[in-house]
Amino acid sequence: MKKFFAQAYIWLLLLLLYAPLILIAIFSFTESRVLGSWTGFSTRLYANLFSGQMQESGSLLAAVENTLLIAFVSATVAMVLGTVAAVGIHNLQGRKKQAVTFLNNIPMINPDVITGVSLFLLFVFLHLSQGYLTVILAHITFGTPYVVLSVIPKLRQMNPNVYEAALDLGATPAQALRKVLVPQLRPGMISGFILAFTMSLDDFAVTFFTRGTIGLETLSTYIYADARKGGLTPELRALMTLIFLIILILLLIINVRQTKMQKVNV
Amino acid sequence: MAGEEHIIDLKHVSKRFGDKVVLDDINLYVRKGEFVTLLGPSGCGKTTTLRLISGFLAPDEGEILLDGKDISRIPPYKRPFNTVFQRYALFPHLDVYENIAFGLKLQKVPEDEIEKRVKRVLKLVSMSDYEDRDVESLSGGQQQRVAIARALVNQPKILLLDEPLAALDLKMRKDMQIELKEMHKKLGITFIYVTHDQEEALTLSDTIVVMNEGKIQQIGTPTDIYNEPVNCFVADFIGESNILKGRMLRDRRVAFIKHEFDCVDEGFGEDVPVDVVVRPEDIYFTTDPAKCQFKATVNSCTFKGVHYEMWVDTDTGYELMIQDYDPYEVGTEVMLYIDPDDIQVMRKERTRNVFEGRMVDETHVEMLGGSFECLPQDGLSAGDPVSVEVRFEAVDLLDHQEDGVIAGEVHFLLYKGDHYHLTILTDFGDHIWVDTNDIWDKGDLVGINFAQKDLKISKRNEA
Amino acid sequence: MKRSHWSIPYVVFMAIFVVLPLLLVMLYAFQDESGRFTLANITRFFSDSDALGTFAVSLEVAIENTLICILLGYPAAWILANKELNRSAVTIILFIMPMWINALMRTLATAEIFNMIGIPLGKGTLLFGMVYDYLPFMIYPIYNVLAKMDRSYLEAAQDLGATPWKVFWKITVPLSMPGVTSGILMVFMPTVSTFAISEFLTNNKIKLFGTIIQENINSSMWNYGAALAFIMLIIIGITTMFSGERKEAEEALI
Repeated sequence: MKKFFAQAYIWLLLLLLYAPLILIAIFSFTESRVLGSWTGFSTRLYANLFSGQMQESGSLLAAVENTLLIAFVSATVAMVLGTVAAVGIHNLQGRKKQAVTFLNNIPMINPDVITGVSLFLLFVFLHLSQGYLTVILAHITFGTPYVVLSVIPKLRQMNPNVYEAALDLGATPAQALRKVLVPQLRPGMISGFILAFTMSLDDFAVTFFTRGTIGLETLSTYIYADARKGGLTPELRALMTLIFLIILILLLIINVRQTKMQKVNV
Repeated sequence: MAGEEHIIDLKHVSKRFGDKVVLDDINLYVRKGEFVTLLGPSGCGKTTTLRLISGFLAPDEGEILLDGKDISRIPPYKRPFNTVFQRYALFPHLDVYENIAFGLKLQKVPEDEIEKRVKRVLKLVSMSDYEDRDVESLSGGQQQRVAIARALVNQPKILLLDEPLAALDLKMRKDMQIELKEMHKKLGITFIYVTHDQEEALTLSDTIVVMNEGKIQQIGTPTDIYNEPVNCFVADFIGESNILKGRMLRDRRVAFIKHEFDCVDEGFGEDVPVDVVVRPEDIYFTTDPAKCQFKATVNSCTFKGVHYEMWVDTDTGYELMIQDYDPYEVGTEVMLYIDPDDIQVMRKERTRNVFEGRMVDETHVEMLGGSFECLPQDGLSAGDPVSVEVRFEAVDLLDHQEDGVIAGEVHFLLYKGDHYHLTILTDFGDHIWVDTNDIWDKGDLVGINFAQKDLKISKRNEA
Repeated sequence: MKRSHWSIPYVVFMAIFVVLPLLLVMLYAFQDESGRFTLANITRFFSDSDALGTFAVSLEVAIENTLICILLGYPAAWILANKELNRSAVTIILFIMPMWINALMRTLATAEIFNMIGIPLGKGTLLFGMVYDYLPFMIYPIYNVLAKMDRSYLEAAQDLGATPWKVFWKITVPLSMPGVTSGILMVFMPTVSTFAISEFLTNNKIKLFGTIIQENINSSMWNYGAALAFIMLIIIGITTMFSGERKEAEEALI
């Protein structure tokens, strides 16, 4: 009985959460401009999306490309910077450690608007012309703390002598890093990368303030502009559905692999 | 086996972490082929010494010589030593074979040679069939063997072992001790071994280096260290012992527990306060009144597997521990004697506390980070540097830290037959020694005070 | 080289891209357009009834949103973490997944639905949409803490005679507070500072604090915009201080 109510509650909540997404998915298979009027089944929206022939703005695909490029570059840099930083922070002590940890937390606590505005002022101050570079720098700024936080637990789990053991067996510090540290930190680095990557994909506010006026559009800014013009480009429905499916599949694969690995370990 | 040639020399080595001195002027040499054990309680500096040798730390002062050449600035990966780490530190992402081959691959040893050497060393540690195993699937003992194999396969000049058996259970530890000893004999490499387990040190070593608080207390063979400890710390740390306050009356005659005994020690002078160590197995029961040196009553008797451990109260009011193969019932009056050979007399390290301080005003002296009231001091004025003497019995220890003028922690304690001798470490890092009848435990937090009359103050010349 | 030195590049990076920008916010907040020191930007806010009104509404919406998220999210997290009530990892993934999908997209989808079923956009739809957007951020940290919690605490409490209800209130709830704190941090501040989302959900009828910051910056009123951002920074400082146990709260996130 208790279980029934619990399950009912969970599924009701999920239904509410997913209602908009499900409706979008359903109406991605019809050509109507507005949501809610069904004008017959069609895969035109998907076809348009892939052929790049949109009814109005052809730059949607470019926005998707920009988004992925920015996310990939910034998450990669964040992964390297954050991993090196995590090793450093892990080996710091006392007040210094507290100070750097605090510093690491600031971008995570700061709301996007503050991060965006403050970086905007920085780039103005530095006379840096805003565009890809500034957006990527901004995304590294808010992505790196997540890498640090993902790698540090792995460092804590690691036997502190392992690095020294490698040196002891004749590895130079660089070899010890490559052959011993990185393989053991890899799971943390990957989950940090994924976090930084999705944070970047998801970001609107920071990009909005740091992209300058060269007409750089990411998916978020594209949607924003599109929605302000009134009504969504219908192809966005198809795109949303696809993204939704890709993420769902990715998460399921990760989860299945994790449970398998747990079973192997047990 | 152990030649006279020194392989490692530590000369005037000191190491500080922040302002804490962890090693204070260490001088030590290791002979080629020797099994040397650094022994001491945690925090004594033994692991730091090992890490200086392995190269994970650099000394602040002094030098470390390998075959006469200073290596103290050479990074660990260029030193011809290998270490067996405390919790093995096997690489979890590599299997047994890859772990052992790690060092050889870095040296670019040809693959077939690597395979030969890995197989040979696996055989040496009796792990031949485990090459492909995941290291995390191995038991503690097996991981230990792999860790030893991983170090030995590189044919180090010295094998460094940092408490390698500490994580194993008792039975496994005993077995591994025997294996290590045999390996050492077979290979002829120098072993430097760190442990806090005195029994392990006595079993394994050619030479034991007893350390405490960053200083070497005694270096010697296991029998030397056991039979002739140089101070109370060594006597207490190695084996069981009765440590007692005594008085050297003249050469070969010492008084303790209010009786006089013949001994073999000379050269202390006449009527000098000393400490006396008598091992519990060196006090003998007798039924011959002619042999009896003193009488006592048995107050407890416990079977310890091979021998019985008994506590007796002497007729003069001291408590002694005795080990014997035959039990005596509680309450029995017994006659006892001690052979002159078995009485170890040690010079006292100190007979009273001496603190350096400064007068605040006529009736206050500042020392140990606090201001203490004293009797009015004639001829001393505010600001004068003074030295203050306090007898061990005159230190007041208080249950609550805030009740004392200063606070500290019980750092070390010794039972001396009828009282406890404590070492208190104050919050400011000074030592105070205390004789007391109260029972304290190591780590107890105490407040510290002195009665006015117990402070003996004299002017000090500032250097 | 010590391994603690590895943190140096990051510290330098953070000094340039986190600390310096925040100092610039403060600098601009206390300057007029010609770069002279002034308090005018701050005093302007306190006499600007529009801005004050927006500020009040933002706080109100944020508090309401946070409370609703706790009320809806805590039971969900508790059920998800309870092995007897929920064995499927898929439900957990389903709750987490919206966090991974672009918030603007989700918001627009929600707004479209309101349009479709003919509900006028306003305060109600704003709150509804906010709860939609932020509920997963409340559930996830609470779930994380509850799932990692040692079951033996609960058994110990039962053993000592606590009823299930008492166990819940005396053990589960206090021990899960770091998760709740973390959830509050992830819901409250972002709500106050959102822009775009509130515009879409209310058809520009209700502005939140984030929106007026954005409007000022976009119309080149950098100093006033910076002053508003500075005021927000102070609120962040206060909320993070109040939320205490920050360390555990952060750990609940990963």
